[in-house]
Amino acid sequence: MAILSEEQEMLRDMARDWAANESPVAAFRKLRDAGDGFDRAAWEAMAAMGWTGVVIPEAYGGSDFGWLSMGLVAEELGKTLTASPLVASTVAASAVMLGGSEAQQSNWLPRIAGGQAIATLAVDEGPHHDPARIAARVSDGKLTGTKPFVAEAANADLFVVAAADGLYLVEKGAGVTLSPRSLTDQRSHAEVRFDGASAERLAGGGDTLIDDVLDRARILASCEMLGMAQQVFDVTLDYLKQRVQFNQVLSSFQALQHRMADLFGDLAMMRSAVEGGLQALDSGFGVARAATIAKAEANRVLHKITNEGIQLHGGIGMTDEYDIGLYLKRARVLEAQWGSTSFLRDRFATLGGY
Amino acid sequence: MATQATQEIDTDAAFREEAKAFLAEHFPPELKGKSNALASVEGPTAETPAQKSWREAVGSRGWGTPTWPKEYGGGGLTRKQARILDEEMARAGAFNPIGGMGVMMFGPTLLEYGSEAQKAEHIPPICRGEIRWCQGYSEPNAGSDLANLQAMAEDRGDHYLVNGQKTWTSGGQWADKCFAIVRTDRSDKHKGISFLLIDMDAPGVEVRPIRMISGASPFCETFFTDVKVPKANLVGEEGQGWTIGKRLLQHERTNLSGGGSLARLMGASLSEMARKTGEVDATGALANKVLRDRIADFDIRWSAFLLTARRAMEESKAAGGVSEISSVLKKLGTRLGQERSELLIEIRGLQGLGWEGDGFEGPELEAVRGWLFGKATTIYGGSTEIQNNIIAKRVLGMLDHQ
Repeated sequence: MAILSEEQEMLRDMARDWAANESPVAAFRKLRDAGDGFDRAAWEAMAAMGWTGVVIPEAYGGSDFGWLSMGLVAEELGKTLTASPLVASTVAASAVMLGGSEAQQSNWLPRIAGGQAIATLAVDEGPHHDPARIAARVSDGKLTGTKPFVAEAANADLFVVAAADGLYLVEKGAGVTLSPRSLTDQRSHAEVRFDGASAERLAGGGDTLIDDVLDRARILASCEMLGMAQQVFDVTLDYLKQRVQFNQVLSSFQALQHRMADLFGDLAMMRSAVEGGLQALDSGFGVARAATIAKAEANRVLHKITNEGIQLHGGIGMTDEYDIGLYLKRARVLEAQWGSTSFLRDRFATLGGY
Repeated sequence: MATQATQEIDTDAAFREEAKAFLAEHFPPELKGKSNALASVEGPTAETPAQKSWREAVGSRGWGTPTWPKEYGGGGLTRKQARILDEEMARAGAFNPIGGMGVMMFGPTLLEYGSEAQKAEHIPPICRGEIRWCQGYSEPNAGSDLANLQAMAEDRGDHYLVNGQKTWTSGGQWADKCFAIVRTDRSDKHKGISFLLIDMDAPGVEVRPIRMISGASPFCETFFTDVKVPKANLVGEEGQGWTIGKRLLQHERTNLSGGGSLARLMGASLSEMARKTGEVDATGALANKVLRDRIADFDIRWSAFLLTARRAMEESKAAGGVSEISSVLKKLGTRLGQERSELLIEIRGLQGLGWEGDGFEGPELEAVRGWLFGKATTIYGGSTEIQNNIIAKRVLGMLDHQ
């Protein structure tokens, strides 16, 4: 665990308590069974606690509390699979912060910080993350293109959309059509078709704007993944300490102990990598490399820990009644978002000049 | 508050100047970039006059053991100052000439458990780099099951009479003294162990180097036959040896993980090596995409490991004391180190498997010996399997499987 300030510890404890009491996995199950990806009351509670404005400057109604602080919240919500557009909206807000004009910032940031508006990022045009292949075009301020998998689109008021020549702001409304896509994580995803939708360019931020925004998306996704990995580890360890076979608790078998010790080491590396990404964002130094390491380690370790979690639970882990399977299904979606392991290794090598 | 902070900044800046001036005056330019930090493991090379004067300059100031107390010959520096010294050394291409087991393991343990007289006698020569220590822990039948050790120290009034055999004594043939765990009571496996300091030139001590697969002989068998050891050389109480001995292992594991200084000794990165020896495409990327992917995979995990080593250090500092993560660091760092050696060989091909003679560059031959020696890293200092037992039991609270 990174060394936190007193305020950060308070924020983390608050998020931990809220997630455990107000948003346990049972809350996600309820949403899932209702076929809904969004809990308006929970969203308003988060906004009231200030979580929707953690990285947004005070001048625009946020608390400017930094990325490490935001990461703590995302991690705690990841632990209970809280279904919320908080991460998506924060990443999209960062695009407005980095590339928006004064008018765009004062139009959107206060509303996002206050939770009145939800924003999300729409980049990829296929099943794989590939920001180099963008066909969406803008002419005369009208954007046309299709984004087949946009997270949290159903509840978004604002889309930050990648077109061939940069990022654009598109409000939900005329020229924007959504078709739900039901992925294995049973969270809110949709195909979004932009057909001559009014679009405003984010003209600031320079040539690296889209990469800078994607790095933020990678790092915050890694935080959610860290919370999930930690939870799967803890739950699995508890299970091994309770389950009795051959008249012994499973936790006394050395074969299982060594697998848990391995996962413990992997989890330590994942946490270091994710916190390294957050610290890079707060210091502004080495962000691209740190984000790549963070998401690559998050992918590697969460992948392994969810597979091991199921195996170590045995047959009971295959049942819907147990939570472990929900983590597995969410994990693969997050692994694919904003860069699969092969994408990230390629990016790491490219950044390293080889 | 503000004044205090300002004062600290002023003091640190003044110390940086002091360190710079010291390096300018004492560091021999011909030693630039020629760290001999591994000399303690690989055997002594005859000291050149320049090396001697550098060791003496650093040693007399206590800066080789910068945070140890000044009264015993340490530098008495704060951690911040020690880091500044480290930075200035790196900037000047200098290195810390004071090392070995005395610095890494024995010193910190003696500072914690030794008597006043023991600290006054043994710590200053370690700080000056004058005395080599070796470790008398393992025995032929006490490897992973270390507490099964049988070397016996019999109470003879004013001294102990030691009989038995130790093995894997690193640097035993060059050591002046040995810190050993021995049995003072056969009736209790753990509480019958005591921590004893033995002169290697005492009558009855015999050392036989063991030739290893790397061709070197960094380890020895050490035989004790009726060796008289004064009672003043007992550290702590009789029967406290297992506790003290385990504490020393924590220091050993933190150092063996290789996170800190070893990273600097590793030299060129894998990707540089691959670019130098293999084909690159028009964009300057490695043409062998499979190899490129494997190097990136390794580099990412190595980076995460270095971040973990740093995090463990910060957490230990914040909490005070060795972090529980020390066991994880040893296991992770040694495995990654081995993986790196294997990748390096694959990158170089048969040219990277030279044993001796013409046709091989120095670094190529060293890498081969390093690869072979590196197989020991997951065995010594508590094997990976023992680390896993410790993590499962102590950190994860899983039941003892025995």
